[in-house]
Amino acid sequence: MVITGAGWVTPLGDDLDAVWERMLRGESAIRPVEHFDARTFATNFASQVSGFELAKFLGPRAERHECGSFATRFALAAAIRAWESAGFGPAMIEPGAPRKSDAFDPKRFGVYLGSGEGRVDFENFVRSNYQGWDDETRRIDFRRWMPAAARNLIPARELEQEPAMCIAHVSAELGCRGPVSNCMTACAASTQAVGEAFELIRRGDADVMLAGGAHSMIHPLGMTGFIRLTAMSKRNDDPATACRPFDATRDGFVMGEGAGMVILESLEHAQKRGANIIAEVAGFGSSADAYRITDIHPEGAGAAAAMRRALEQAGIDPSSKDASGRPAVHWINAHGTGTKENDKTETAGVKRVFGELAPKVPFSSVKSMLGHLIQAAGAVELITCLQAIKTGIIPPTANLNNPDPDCDLDHVPGTPRDCTGVGGVDVCLSNSFGFGGQNNTICVRRFAG
Amino acid sequence: MRPRCVITGIGAVSAAGIGIEQTWDSLCSGRSGIAPISAFDATTSPHPFGGEAKKEDQLVSARDYVPKHYRKATKVMARDTELAVVAASLAAADAGLVTREAGEDAALTYPSSRVGCHIGAGFIAAETEELTSALVTAKDDKGDFSLEKWGEVGIGNLQPLWLLKYLPNMLACHVTIIHGCEGPSNTITCSEASGLLSLGESVRIIERGDATACFSGGIENKTNPMGVTRMGMLGRFAELDGGIDEPWRHVRPYDDSVCGGVPGEGGGIVVLEEKSAAEARGARVYAEVAGIGSAQSQPGALGICHEVSTCGGPGGDADEGLADAIEAALRDAKIGPDDIDAIVPAAMCVSTLDRAELGGLERVFGARLPEIPLVTLTPFVGQLFSGAGAFAMAVGAKAVSEQQLPARLHGGWPEARAGAGASESVDAELMNVLVCTGSLSGQAAAVVLRRAD
Repeated sequence: MVITGAGWVTPLGDDLDAVWERMLRGESAIRPVEHFDARTFATNFASQVSGFELAKFLGPRAERHECGSFATRFALAAAIRAWESAGFGPAMIEPGAPRKSDAFDPKRFGVYLGSGEGRVDFENFVRSNYQGWDDETRRIDFRRWMPAAARNLIPARELEQEPAMCIAHVSAELGCRGPVSNCMTACAASTQAVGEAFELIRRGDADVMLAGGAHSMIHPLGMTGFIRLTAMSKRNDDPATACRPFDATRDGFVMGEGAGMVILESLEHAQKRGANIIAEVAGFGSSADAYRITDIHPEGAGAAAAMRRALEQAGIDPSSKDASGRPAVHWINAHGTGTKENDKTETAGVKRVFGELAPKVPFSSVKSMLGHLIQAAGAVELITCLQAIKTGIIPPTANLNNPDPDCDLDHVPGTPRDCTGVGGVDVCLSNSFGFGGQNNTICVRRFAG
Repeated sequence: MRPRCVITGIGAVSAAGIGIEQTWDSLCSGRSGIAPISAFDATTSPHPFGGEAKKEDQLVSARDYVPKHYRKATKVMARDTELAVVAASLAAADAGLVTREAGEDAALTYPSSRVGCHIGAGFIAAETEELTSALVTAKDDKGDFSLEKWGEVGIGNLQPLWLLKYLPNMLACHVTIIHGCEGPSNTITCSEASGLLSLGESVRIIERGDATACFSGGIENKTNPMGVTRMGMLGRFAELDGGIDEPWRHVRPYDDSVCGGVPGEGGGIVVLEEKSAAEARGARVYAEVAGIGSAQSQPGALGICHEVSTCGGPGGDADEGLADAIEAALRDAKIGPDDIDAIVPAAMCVSTLDRAELGGLERVFGARLPEIPLVTLTPFVGQLFSGAGAFAMAVGAKAVSEQQLPARLHGGWPEARAGAGASESVDAELMNVLVCTGSLSGQAAAVVLRRAD
């Protein structure tokens, strides 16, 4: 199974190479929230996609999706970039024409996304609740609430919040008719989507799959939920350096938004059509912590199980070294959220898998620059692995100045690691772990032909 | 040859009953569970009836099903999660599967790492009263809601774990913790298709050797204020007068005289096992999952936003999407349309959706369609959304194992091309039963259940 196309929309931009360059420079797009007035929120900053116009990606066809949520529009932009880069055809076509490609049979073209819900129509939702509230009994009077909600809420906006509407829009735009699924395993979702899409092709159910995810929770209730969980950084005085994975001063993750999409194909299909092969998907591992709803397994057992399974499928022994004398895995893209708990347990998990070699495996977190794109994080970070393979450079963990003794691996602090002199970057693991304990790891490898 | 997968335990939770025995009894005796909604005062709504999952006239509660040490956790469960926890416990018990639920020292049927969990879920609505009681603490001087005040004081008035109640993966999360499922776990959110897509994923995972057994299914609660309102305004529910008797008579699959169904809650979770492992432990087998398939339909020429604003959901060629999913499942089962003995369809009771469904079935079964019995469940339980396909699958598996079709309720006259008129329960030779559904957002999924050999 190979990857033949990729596209993303991130807070650092939407061009593959330009975003990559910014990451290598350690840039951050984290700043005060612009989508709504969050000035009094305990966390008032986020990693936002700004100045986004879907028409830039789709031309007049963007109008066909103007009812879509933020996440849906990010997804469409990333998907069309993936489509173009796979050589399926131009992005800009006649507004009314169905999108087709000679490269595949649409009934063998599936889609598996880990896209999130659309945003709540907050104003009308709150208005309904206020109108239904009885101040005397301090309860909702549903005899009042029901008609109020029916009056205030707008059907299309309500439908677009449904979690499978993103995949409906993307499938409509690209003409996907094959196997379909959308999953929501929180922060692990789009890694799981790519992994299961890979398995669908392997089973023979599809020739080509679009896989990835999109999400935006930078809205009042999204921020509220995570503030209440005390999971987000509160460094309001210094947003740009707020996300500090593996650093002793880290105080939580930084909310981000965006989308990442890849085109997966069976090798046979890709070769038959003469596709440009970006990398091979070598393995996928998935596990559940089955531990606690609020906590991660302290020794990273679930994380380790996912990594082990991905390596096993890829035929890689984690305790082995390659011909260049380096550990066989050249980079682990960490889930690395910047929360106290994640970074510590993920480090423990990596040690469990790699044993004595663990300190020699570069293990950095691009969330330090991008923030946490929640359900979109896994797919976007998988694309950073593709960029690492392409360029031979490992991106740094930014803002890591005071290493936490519990996070004592090679986190590539501050500056990128240029591996071009030692044979480049051939094998990467990408980790994503969800709130609720669902863990997913993908192993991608340079395609050797 | 790839490993085969069998259903060895069923946990069904709906207005038709708690557990598959009670459910089957209701379905065979023609007893609908649709009644006035009791979870909140819905009398001013045009949709005052619903199918609620009750035990002795009270809404069923997860507290009665979880191990004692886990009772506290039920406080952070949304209704959807509670129902999933109940269904999973019933499924494990029905399968005779010993899980961590029986205690840390229990002799487990399978090691935890060999048990997966795939439970489809919907968009869980925040409890209106819980959220509003915090929202009203954020008023400005004029008494209007103020984001500034919300940030300052309002947020602090929500319970700390508020968000964790509403993440859709919490259904699977709690089930994995209670039963100690450390294998692959996923939460598929494609509305009505979620349950069958989850079963398909469990099948693929067992086939590829990543698990030996999986909890698999889907659950949703729509008998809540937001669910009723949202899906009501999208045209999914019939407008009914709260004074009518026998509300099930107005839930009419494939019949244009009433458009729309009623909201429901529940679904099904089954225990799916690798066949040789199930045989080795002497498990009873309800049915084999012989084939799985899914597909996506496409909107019409005016585009998806047009359909969303005028039809309340992507319509387009939903008939073709459904036919594609069914054909994929038949191919996977290595059978043809003539081998199907009964169909458990979605029967959503919404004219456009029912027409698309019959169109899809006709594409596959042609002139034979009116002769194939349809098992229509919405008059018994209402619309279960992400629980619908899973409930249909649970009933389909029971029908295959009993070699019996449940009764069919119908208060009117369905279209002639659908074998869906009112009937009593009958014995039937069921070798292959098709369970299929389209969905709110254009995904379609199908599963072929086969009689155990």
